[in-house]
Amino acid sequence: MPLDQSFVGRTYPPTPPYEVGREKIREFAEAIGDANPVYRDPDAARAYGHPDVIAPPTFGIVLSMTAGRQVIADPELGLDYTRVVHGEQRFTITRPIRAGDRLTVIVTVENIRSAAGNDMITTRGDVTTVDGEPVFTAYSTLVARGTAGG
Amino acid sequence: MPGSAKPRYDDVEVGSELPGQTFPVHRVNLVMYAGASGDFNPIHLDDEFARSVDLPSKILHGLWTMAQIARVHGEAAGDPLALKSLSVQFRGLGVPEKEITITSKPRGDGEFDTEAVQDGNKLVRRGKAVLRI
Repeated sequence: MPLDQSFVGRTYPPTPPYEVGREKIREFAEAIGDANPVYRDPDAARAYGHPDVIAPPTFGIVLSMTAGRQVIADPELGLDYTRVVHGEQRFTITRPIRAGDRLTVIVTVENIRSAAGNDMITTRGDVTTVDGEPVFTAYSTLVARGTAGG
Repeated sequence: MPGSAKPRYDDVEVGSELPGQTFPVHRVNLVMYAGASGDFNPIHLDDEFARSVDLPSKILHGLWTMAQIARVHGEAAGDPLALKSLSVQFRGLGVPEKEITITSKPRGDGEFDTEAVQDGNKLVRRGKAVLRI
């Protein structure tokens, strides 16, 4: 079943604030196997001019993927999540995420299309502090394999 | 700093390739990454489920591979936070217990073309990293 094209252009309300914790950053750094002390030690991060521990560049997925679920889990959209794999991902980074940030995401549906029997949806997540300072933007394309009926 | 012995982008001429860097990936990494990222899609955790949706086995999170690409470029810049943007296309399905190799080719002005390969299978193609320089 094709995805509901009327979702394109929809923008969702800002997500509730997510407070970035030092230990969450450490957990993420461990999971990707990156031992860099700037992800663990506030003094190491300060040596690079940051007020606290900072997060690896792809940490933003923790926020953007959760926010994107508002769209992809909406039954009206018609996406079969059991068939979904990640197709494309882009981050544009204004400044690093750091411990103590309180961040919110505004999700917009950028594009919906079908190709080679797959349904594809691209969402954009604009991430700012609760005070409106831009931090990063994430574009995610998810592919539902074989759901577009050829 | 970790990475100080790794290739630096200013040592590499435009058009020549950074030496490929390999990263091991173990089954436990998929569990750790699921917990850390919040992506508990069972295609990454459960072989039986993965096969029920026509995948060969549980597959690696694409974002885990993307994290290694981000790291390679940050280390090449001598600053893990030098990355201004990173875009990738995920293609082949990554599996645990096989090394992943990241390659990168400088294009000038802080731009790099990058790919990730596992066992001859291209996991990431048309990657583009842009560094603040």
